[in-house]
Amino acid sequence: MQQIINFLIRNKNNILFLLLLTFSLFLTIQSHSYQKSKFISSANFLSGGIYSWTSNINSYFNLEQYNLRLLEENERLRTRLATYEDTLAIEPFTDSSAVGASYIFRASEVINNNYAKVDNYLTLKTGARDGIRRDMGVITSKGIVGIVENVSPNYSTVISILNSNSRINAQLKKSNHFGTLVWNGEDPNVVQLTDVPSIAPLAEGDTIITGGRSLIFPKGIPIGAVKDFTLDQSESYYQISIQLFNDMTNIGYVYIIENTEQEEIRNLQNISRDE
Amino acid sequence: MNSVILTNAVRFVVLLLLQVLLLNNINFLGYINPYLYVLFIILFPFSGSQTLLIFLSFLLGWGVDIFEDSGGINAAACLVAAFIRPVLLRFSFGVSYDYQTIKFSSTQPGARISYVVILVLVHHFVLFLLEFFNFAHFLLLLKKTFFSALFTIILVFLTLALFKRRSR
Repeated sequence: MQQIINFLIRNKNNILFLLLLTFSLFLTIQSHSYQKSKFISSANFLSGGIYSWTSNINSYFNLEQYNLRLLEENERLRTRLATYEDTLAIEPFTDSSAVGASYIFRASEVINNNYAKVDNYLTLKTGARDGIRRDMGVITSKGIVGIVENVSPNYSTVISILNSNSRINAQLKKSNHFGTLVWNGEDPNVVQLTDVPSIAPLAEGDTIITGGRSLIFPKGIPIGAVKDFTLDQSESYYQISIQLFNDMTNIGYVYIIENTEQEEIRNLQNISRDE
Repeated sequence: MNSVILTNAVRFVVLLLLQVLLLNNINFLGYINPYLYVLFIILFPFSGSQTLLIFLSFLLGWGVDIFEDSGGINAAACLVAAFIRPVLLRFSFGVSYDYQTIKFSSTQPGARISYVVILVLVHHFVLFLLEFFNFAHFLLLLKKTFFSALFTIILVFLTLALFKRRSR
């Protein structure tokens, strides 16, 4: 017994080192596995509070740009509203896809944004109290940003599309060929689209939008334009580089999308799978 | 003695906040960030307890990780840096370290540079190895380690020069 205690005291540095190293490696491995709630994230009250305090100061420097972006968006929406009202006056019809709109949009402020690492996250100033839940989509007026991962009462963290674990369904705008949106960790304004079959008609400058196959994003949200593309080794799938419409290094304000039918669809799919 | 504890406590908090609020957002040339918070491990009193240093380094690294949502990569890198520090001290400062009579400010410039450079390189290499988490991008890993370490080392010596005590 005495010897064991002596041994422990003599090697206390090594033991402490190994214990803490194991713990931090556990945290690291956990952060690399997709779709797992983190033990602790920057959505906690201390770091969230400090981030929102500094972002209060920082946001003043970008006000002009954010205003300009809002103006552009308003302009676009007004144009669409005008054409919509025109058609409505001539020929009243009900668009079947618009009945009981199943998406709710909420605005939020970004208080922390990473883009220089391989696995990037954003922190938002809204949380569970404002109705934010896990797995909601996050977009700006120009394109997609990511998916909500962890939520605390007042803050939430978002797994950015600039994250090696991010997988988002995307498709070509002009045809329905779809693929998976991933990021190789290099340029924060260029992402990759894989698994698009080589039969798809493709040209530089084509627009890429979100596909309707995920329960997170509605179909048709813009992502970016095709920058260049190559065939993979088997020559059956394209490897496409996409220039994002969003400037991921300067985001500011975002919209969070809630799909009110997500639960229902998921339950239905689970039932079908069980049978 | 009390002033030593106070200095290190203040240094801990200031370096942590400086790192997460300012230095993590520099992104020079798109991806180069300095990790100045290793200065805490570099300057921790040479005669201080190694156990305490390992524990405090872990807390410092984990603090940065919580802000960055990066799991435990900074914590692990700091732990490794703190763990090998005695070996490095003996390597750089030789026998005088064994008698525990030296202070960082009174060492030879050459020895000081080798100590800082090796410690920073080890810390950054572990940090980026865990961040990438595979060997597929090994060249990118080395590139990132080298440039970030260069940035950190320059900042470390600038900070040291800035806070140098006037010699009598």
